[in-house]
Amino acid sequence: MTTSEIHDLLKARFGEDVSAAPPPPKGDAWLTVKAERLVEVCRFLKETAGLEFDFCEDLTAVDWPKRNVIEVVVHLLSYKLKHSLVLKVEADRGSPVVPSLYPVWKTADWFEREVYDLFGVTFTGHPDLRRLLLPDDWVGFPLRKDYAEQGGWHGIDNVRENPLVELKRLDDSARAEAAKSASPAPAAAPPATPAPTSQA
Amino acid sequence: MAKIDSEVGGDVTFFHTSQLDQLINLARENSLWYLLFGLACCGIELIQTGGPRADLMRFGAIPRASPRQADFMIVAGTLTYKMAERAKLLYDQMSEPKYVISMGSCANCGGLFQLAYSVCKGVDKVVPVDVYVPGCPPRPEALTEGLIRLQDKVRNERWQDKRRAPVQGTGAA
Amino acid sequence: MEKLILRRVDRNNEEMILNFGPQHPSTHGVINFIVETDGEVLRKAVPDVGYLHRSIEKIGEVTGWHGFMPFTDRIDYVAAMFPNEGYATAVERLTGIEVPRRAQYLRAISCELARIASHLVSLGTMSMDIGAFTPMLHGIRERETINDLIEALCGARLTYNYHRIGGVAFDLPEGWKERTLAFLDHFDKFLVEFDRLISFNEIYVRRLANVAVITGKDAVDYGLVGPNLRGSGVDWDVRRDLPYGAYDDFEFAVPVGQGFKGTVGDCYDRYYCRCLEMGESSKIVRQALLQLPEGEIMAPKVARNLKVEAGEALSRVESARGEMAFYVVADGTNKAYRVRARTGSFTAMGIIESASPGLMIADLVALIASLDVVAPEIDR
Repeated sequence: MTTSEIHDLLKARFGEDVSAAPPPPKGDAWLTVKAERLVEVCRFLKETAGLEFDFCEDLTAVDWPKRNVIEVVVHLLSYKLKHSLVLKVEADRGSPVVPSLYPVWKTADWFEREVYDLFGVTFTGHPDLRRLLLPDDWVGFPLRKDYAEQGGWHGIDNVRENPLVELKRLDDSARAEAAKSASPAPAAAPPATPAPTSQA
Repeated sequence: MAKIDSEVGGDVTFFHTSQLDQLINLARENSLWYLLFGLACCGIELIQTGGPRADLMRFGAIPRASPRQADFMIVAGTLTYKMAERAKLLYDQMSEPKYVISMGSCANCGGLFQLAYSVCKGVDKVVPVDVYVPGCPPRPEALTEGLIRLQDKVRNERWQDKRRAPVQGTGAA
Repeated sequence: MEKLILRRVDRNNEEMILNFGPQHPSTHGVINFIVETDGEVLRKAVPDVGYLHRSIEKIGEVTGWHGFMPFTDRIDYVAAMFPNEGYATAVERLTGIEVPRRAQYLRAISCELARIASHLVSLGTMSMDIGAFTPMLHGIRERETINDLIEALCGARLTYNYHRIGGVAFDLPEGWKERTLAFLDHFDKFLVEFDRLISFNEIYVRRLANVAVITGKDAVDYGLVGPNLRGSGVDWDVRRDLPYGAYDDFEFAVPVGQGFKGTVGDCYDRYYCRCLEMGESSKIVRQALLQLPEGEIMAPKVARNLKVEAGEALSRVESARGEMAFYVVADGTNKAYRVRARTGSFTAMGIIESASPGLMIADLVALIASLDVVAPEIDR
């Protein structure tokens, strides 16, 4: 079944709760679903003969601060009928909540944990919603567009000095050492930090 | 013996220990066992370095899975913050004298992942490093060179100087 | 993070919780398993991942469209051609760039060589985890030859960075075709030797057959892909069923698990599917080299500072670890708005918690090895 046929079928079944954007000239077309009916739509897609989306290929999110939404994007594929579909659910950026698809496809378990980890979207009905990739005490949701780095973690700083700076310091100290050993009687000025003098 | 005694000012003990040092160092430098610590991409090159063609074992370097049996650690790959604590733990579990080879740009300074929020910018922020091997990833030849440099370092030091005061309390808690 | 090193839960029934990993030779990278055992039998093994989370998806939003290519190598370093191809295909779908036929052939050749190299590591380390050291050395030996070939092709041994948006970076060097064909002749003999060495070894078969059976229904439900899915008896290969690039020109079989030595979907089926796949990849490389068309290797006029119209696209390629999908969102600028890699190892890890109860501890190692997970694919 082509994508537009599937869109028409879903619009006929779910009416206002699904809305398809006009197909773009390049890339994939998608269908926006209201969050309340997401599980119902997905179950319909999985179980109806002729659709049979048995494989939840991907579940991820995209942050849109300008529109103040986080889109959860679901890619579906049917092994039997070889057609695919893109579903999108919009959630408010302040407190994003989307129903979990774990009851429909078990693979949604880890995908949703990842989205929770990186975007902070809460999935209602998920059995075990914890951070997946980042440490449990990490602050913030890094894949949001306005994420600011915390500057290291647990006392490990994230600043790396330019190695050339350190090399210069080593060079200078070696030169100072050499100068000191060459003239054992110290000069009037203290030998430390002769950097500004234009030598070599 | 008397002639030598007069040359070194009668300090026979010094003469003997320095020879013993060389003997011990000869044994140590040719039986450096490394902890398999493949973190990322460099880990595959580490496997291939230990494999049949590059054959790191001809230098006496045998991979060990346990830090307690290892003399040095090859940190091969990107160290994330989450892993950094574990790396420190593994380093603490190794017995003295112990060395660290930092393999690849990521372990040296964060490498490609300067912009990453979750990557530790260099393993030397966590454990002291003896030899840095550059490359992304370093070829097996480069890692072999790194091992030879480490052997040089071992050869030219007094093994007693590497002994450190025992740490009070355990770092593993 | 809970510091679970070793904890005895109940004094009476001897239940223990212990950490397996993240630094363990048979976890295939830095993955931690929190294992609940009753003696030698597992109650449950819960994977704890993220020790190699390198924020590659965030970096994709900062670098330009072309600049992200080296980072895709690091998504799957054992077979870095596939994320290259996946990302390039996604951007080409989004921009409508047509890849010349010769470049598509070169992509297929390089990818299939990378698949062989990846399976050699996978099968070698798997047999090492089971307790046989020699097959791994044989695998690494052959992989070195493939590394030499790929190095001659693109200059890198591991992180290839060979594919470009709109084509590939380099044409075949002189004499490469003959060298590769000679290697393939040798490799087909090696496969027979490898089977004699380990695949039909009685001890090895008994360690793997009927262990950790994953049914086809579960495999689809948990989103397993690639050899893991086919090992469970589901006949699906992106190269054949949703052909991309040059794959519709080649004749090849798709090995599916049939319960070669036990039940459909056990560890041995997943193992042996990979063995058979190497032979098929060798066939594909040979066909591609012999039919290689002349022509350009890059699409004309791919701007260096590429700007992509707003839109989104998903590309699917069949990587060594199954279907790899790149989801790319553009907002009309010279940087990607969002890059996302959907990888086979990520979903394969998701099934371990439900597949592990009742296994012996030593069989957990077999299960992990047979799923062929690679840490950066899980964490990215």
